Amino acid sequence: MPRRFVSIWFRYLLTDREAIRQKSLREVPVAFTQPDHGRMLVTAMNAHAEQCGVKPGMTAADARVIAPGIQLFDTKPGRDIKLLKGLAEWCLRYTPLVMVDPPDGLLLDVTGCTHLKGGELEFLKDMVGRLRDLGYTIRPAVADTIGCAWAVARCAESGLIVASGGQRNALMPLPPVCLRLGTDLLIKLNQLGFYQVGSFIHLPKSVLKRRFGGNMILRLYQALGQEAEFLLPLKEPVLYTERLACLEAIRTRDAIENAVHTLIDPLCKRLYGEGLGIRSAVLTYYRIDGKSFQIHIGTNHPSQRTEHIYKLFELQLDQVAPGLGIELFILDATKTEPASDKQSNLWNGKPAADSEQVAELLDNIAARVGSGKINRYLPDEHHWPERAAAPTGDLSKTPASEWSENCLRPVQLLEPPEPIEAMALTPDYAPRQFVYRGERHIIINADGPERISYEWWIEAGGYRDYYVAEDEAGMRYWLFGTPADLPGQTRRWFIHGYFA
Amino acid sequence: MEATKQKIIDQLRQDLMAWEGFRPLPPGERQDFGLGAIEKAFPDQIFPTGALHEFISTRPEFTAAIGGFIAGIIRTLLAGGGVCVWVSYTRRIYPPALKRFGLNPDRIIFIDVPREKDVLWVAEEALKCSGIAAVICETRLLSFMESRRLQLAIEQSHVTGFILRKDVKQMNTTACSARWTVKPLRSKLRPGMPGVGHPRWQVELLKIKNGRPGSWTMEWKNDSFFHVLPQKSANTLADRQQYA
Repeated sequence: MPRRFVSIWFRYLLTDREAIRQKSLREVPVAFTQPDHGRMLVTAMNAHAEQCGVKPGMTAADARVIAPGIQLFDTKPGRDIKLLKGLAEWCLRYTPLVMVDPPDGLLLDVTGCTHLKGGELEFLKDMVGRLRDLGYTIRPAVADTIGCAWAVARCAESGLIVASGGQRNALMPLPPVCLRLGTDLLIKLNQLGFYQVGSFIHLPKSVLKRRFGGNMILRLYQALGQEAEFLLPLKEPVLYTERLACLEAIRTRDAIENAVHTLIDPLCKRLYGEGLGIRSAVLTYYRIDGKSFQIHIGTNHPSQRTEHIYKLFELQLDQVAPGLGIELFILDATKTEPASDKQSNLWNGKPAADSEQVAELLDNIAARVGSGKINRYLPDEHHWPERAAAPTGDLSKTPASEWSENCLRPVQLLEPPEPIEAMALTPDYAPRQFVYRGERHIIINADGPERISYEWWIEAGGYRDYYVAEDEAGMRYWLFGTPADLPGQTRRWFIHGYFA
Repeated sequence: MEATKQKIIDQLRQDLMAWEGFRPLPPGERQDFGLGAIEKAFPDQIFPTGALHEFISTRPEFTAAIGGFIAGIIRTLLAGGGVCVWVSYTRRIYPPALKRFGLNPDRIIFIDVPREKDVLWVAEEALKCSGIAAVICETRLLSFMESRRLQLAIEQSHVTGFILRKDVKQMNTTACSARWTVKPLRSKLRPGMPGVGHPRWQVELLKIKNGRPGSWTMEWKNDSFFHVLPQKSANTLADRQQYA
């Protein structure tokens, strides 16, 4: 099957955009100017200005004379690219493969897409009509090669649909400028009297190469389809995707839920057939006012269960703002992974942390409270209490080392430690009593000190002398004192936790 | 005659328990929680799994004691594999300390929700999931309706739920099967020994469905619960033994 490409030429891209913002500009000549060597030169103009004879490269003063009442605007660099990118995203409704073709065009790979609108003619008509409604004047052309579509869109008087294999005939009557050549080559061709592609297309390759260089051969043969040319899509097409175009714009929650369900079901079935599961997916919905929004979901475990994926989306459906209505839904499975064998977990009694059931529960929770709030802790090789447990979001990770049982650690840890007023009778002994939050605790029993130094390779500092202290009521605390033997420091006391 | 009467009454009690929704576990699934004397208070003399337990705490020190006590129970629940979920909005639990109570901290999934009202939502979702061994939910408020929702979720999934209520100002009616308080007690070492002994608690079972409430002094010793019998004559000298 031959590939089919559409090239869209936005003839008055910048001025059309300006006219969309200010309606009054539609009826008057408009041009964009740019300073160049102390003069203002015209860079772009609309149809009215063109009729008056304004051309690119003309000075602003001349343009004012030949087109009375012309409105001049400053050119902002990079604005055309930005506009084209926005339009390219808009064009994703026609095909997933869209490329920005600066300075004033777009390229679309429409292989296998045109029948959706009822043929290539209808396809182009729909495109022209919709863009005209938005306010853009375009000239599209469809051909087997990018080069040919480009040439026909910009230079041909008629015949915007080039039949498959008809590149040579289509290019024959066109001027050499349609081959995307450099200005010096064009001047040379003009001087030699080659006013049409047809006058040199039959010349042998070696002759052309010797006289005009390799670039000309490449461009010509690309347009003819004898040299490969590739399209660099704006967005990497997603392998697993589902589209749902609605006959009527939908607004109600029921209809949206139904649409989401309709999308998920075939995608999950397809993934199931290939032994894959969704790790993350994006639902994009296009509203009729031209805006599009996205809903992201992620899973802890490759999942291909329709109900589960649907539930994850359902938790976020409240955020959907349908506005005047949604006309298109696209569901992309942005990340897929091989789904593990379910039977292996059947005999283990209670499932492990990375089982599907637990993973689905955590997906649901993450969709509501955020995935950063779910933690597991693994032992870490640090003696500093705050670093002894390392949080991990990974459910399947197993501890690399054993949990230490050598030292007593409090069940509840205060972070950060809170200062207390303590009184110790003898240095290096536990305090006899301390005041914490206005309450006096008399210490009856105490263990310690356990000296824990700062981990000097992470942070500098002295040490902490930890004591396990039990007060009259039997409540057990973890207290520590800062160093007293370092110069310029007095011992301060902190409470760091409660024992069970 | 007396014996037959007793038999009939026992039979009626068993029937009543069944009518009230209590399901005796098949003998193969009985787990020994090592609670000793406390187990006599439970219906059928076994710690009720697949039920909602409410722990009341009024001070952070009590919360720590409850944390240790729950860890000692969950350890048995996790013995057959699986994970448990610990939901809270202001968590202070220090995972490495749980190892002392025989619980591997990496088997717990901590969910720290930013808002208090999400705690119960997460707890309910977790309780609905039968793949979880236990759910611990730290919360402050628990209305009757909320507890009823959790109880209904449990009836479907048979997950054991622990509600750790912190800073309780006033106790209200809830649908929980059991209500506990655990308070730390002065630890006892052998007379003349300085230092702090094994964790010792006053465990009170304020309410238990189909069971008999009571109060016990428990100690965590050598990786298991140990029931401390009230001593006739306390060694006053050892009691006054101060750290010096």
